[in-house]
Amino acid sequence: MSWLTDLALPKIRDLVRKTETPDNLWDKCPSCEQMIFHRDLEAAMYVCTHCGFHMRISPKMRFKALFDEGEYTTIELPRVAADPLRFRDRKRYSERLKEAQAKSGEKDAMIVAHGTIEGQGAVVAIFNFEFMGGSMGMAVGEAIVAAAQLARLQERPLIIFSASGGARMQEGILSLMQMARTTAAITELREARLPFLSVLTNPTTGGVTASFAMLGDVQIAEPGAMIGFAGARVIEETIREKLPEGFQRAEYLLDHGMLDMVVARSDLRHRIALVMRHLMDARPGEGDTLPQPANDPQASAKQAR
Amino acid sequence: MQHYLDFERPIAELESKIKELRQLSDGDGVNIVEEITRLQAKLDRLLQQTYGKLTPWQKTQVARHAQRPHTSHYIASLIEDFVPLAGDRLYGEDQAIIGGLGRFRGRSVVVIGHEKGADTEERVRHNFGMARPEGYRKAVRLMEMADRFGLPVITLVDTSGAYPGIGAEERGQAEAIARSIETCLTIGVPVICVVIGEGGSGGAIAIAVGDRVLMLEHAVYSVISPEGCASILWRSGDQAPEAAEALKLTAGDLAQLRVIDEVIVEPMGGAHRDPAETMRRVGDAVARGLQALAGTAPAALRTARREKFMEMGRKGLG
Repeated sequence: MSWLTDLALPKIRDLVRKTETPDNLWDKCPSCEQMIFHRDLEAAMYVCTHCGFHMRISPKMRFKALFDEGEYTTIELPRVAADPLRFRDRKRYSERLKEAQAKSGEKDAMIVAHGTIEGQGAVVAIFNFEFMGGSMGMAVGEAIVAAAQLARLQERPLIIFSASGGARMQEGILSLMQMARTTAAITELREARLPFLSVLTNPTTGGVTASFAMLGDVQIAEPGAMIGFAGARVIEETIREKLPEGFQRAEYLLDHGMLDMVVARSDLRHRIALVMRHLMDARPGEGDTLPQPANDPQASAKQAR
Repeated sequence: MQHYLDFERPIAELESKIKELRQLSDGDGVNIVEEITRLQAKLDRLLQQTYGKLTPWQKTQVARHAQRPHTSHYIASLIEDFVPLAGDRLYGEDQAIIGGLGRFRGRSVVVIGHEKGADTEERVRHNFGMARPEGYRKAVRLMEMADRFGLPVITLVDTSGAYPGIGAEERGQAEAIARSIETCLTIGVPVICVVIGEGGSGGAIAIAVGDRVLMLEHAVYSVISPEGCASILWRSGDQAPEAAEALKLTAGDLAQLRVIDEVIVEPMGGAHRDPAETMRRVGDAVARGLQALAGTAPAALRTARREKFMEMGRKGLG
């Protein structure tokens, strides 16, 4: 077969490649495998126009789609000790980290920004799954702590978009400790009575799910997102059974009471704004967009009595 | 029956020789007594040599040793008037985490810990110490009760991890663990955590966020098991010893990284060679921890506990 592979296949491959993606104008849906015109896909925020599959999008695209006029300010994140364990498997962690940084142009797997969503201020933190599988090490932990602090300072809601394989193994126990640190950050936000909206996107698993990501005042997920604690393979190996259809998908979690809603990407911005508006309504100094309780005729009627 | 680990083979040989001689020495024989003394000295040296420089992988095996004292043993030896409590009031009772009320050195406390079980029947009943959501939700319930009644909380950590199963996922394993960590951070009573055996990832940290986190000398505490880490990063479980090394999961490593507060030294040859002495030492360390926190106001405890975790990794790392 080797002569055939060498001679015939490259030619066939070239042919296929040319027809599949002429000048990168077309993208293929990884779910239904249909071709989508690139500009259409962009306009649909990377949701397949044929089957509705939600593809992964970069934090930048999300920020743009979420904030008013696509305008926002990213914040400088605290520096952390790189490679504290001097971890080495088949490759050095410091090398893996440098490669991921060079490829993404980012320091680590989380970006934090603030701006307005339908006129309301919010702090938004987004995982970049492309950066080492969105794994949570010290940098991500510090980013979440910083985002929660900023939310408290600005007295605004915090929204975290998760997409993560879990804790970053190469930072060992220090990555596990981020579960406690991020939970502490959310606890303090809760005590300050500021909303935390957790938006789970594909995939969110392991130590990220088992800490802050499941502690939202309101839990939102994108359709079809894989969300769970243990990985499907680990479960299958443990119980030696095939997993049920749709197991650990957003809709499954909704059915089991773990989420408030599954929201299509196109509706996400408006739904988030609505939830924020309600949760911030009774807060003193807020409520520019909805009437204050004191101005509410029913409320003043009660006071008069 | 003493259970021996692979690297303990020379120790096993010596111990069986001593045992044989002891059985012979019932009658006369000064020579035999002398021989026993000589062999005993040799055994002590060998134990010291072996256990003085265990590799991280060997420590992992010691931490999982079947005869290592488990939570139920600690409760039996350190807690008086123990009242076991059961159930999460939501779905079920999970024996992988046991807990209840009891008296520790004169004061009432709440004790919560993973239980692996000692024999096959017990192991099945306790699901090998791998908790489902109900276990963590029971822990939350007990911690909240401790908070209401001003009782200190002692947690004993010994699990290979939270149970990965369909039902566990269905009923919100991740949420249960998250809520347990959150409860550890919000209660206003002293929380002392001791890693007594295996500190396996999220399933461990769920009840290991305290004012003082103590760890036995040969216990391990890690984000992932060496086997799991090796199979992902080395693509082969055979590399578990290398992974154990890289993960820095020993008590010494964790003290250096300032993730734990204190290493409790084990008797020579590991906790399984002298469970009573091990438990006494753990009891003393817990008592010291509680003593240091006595009289601290709830708000101050909470703040200090959060600060302690917030500071982790910020200082003292290369």
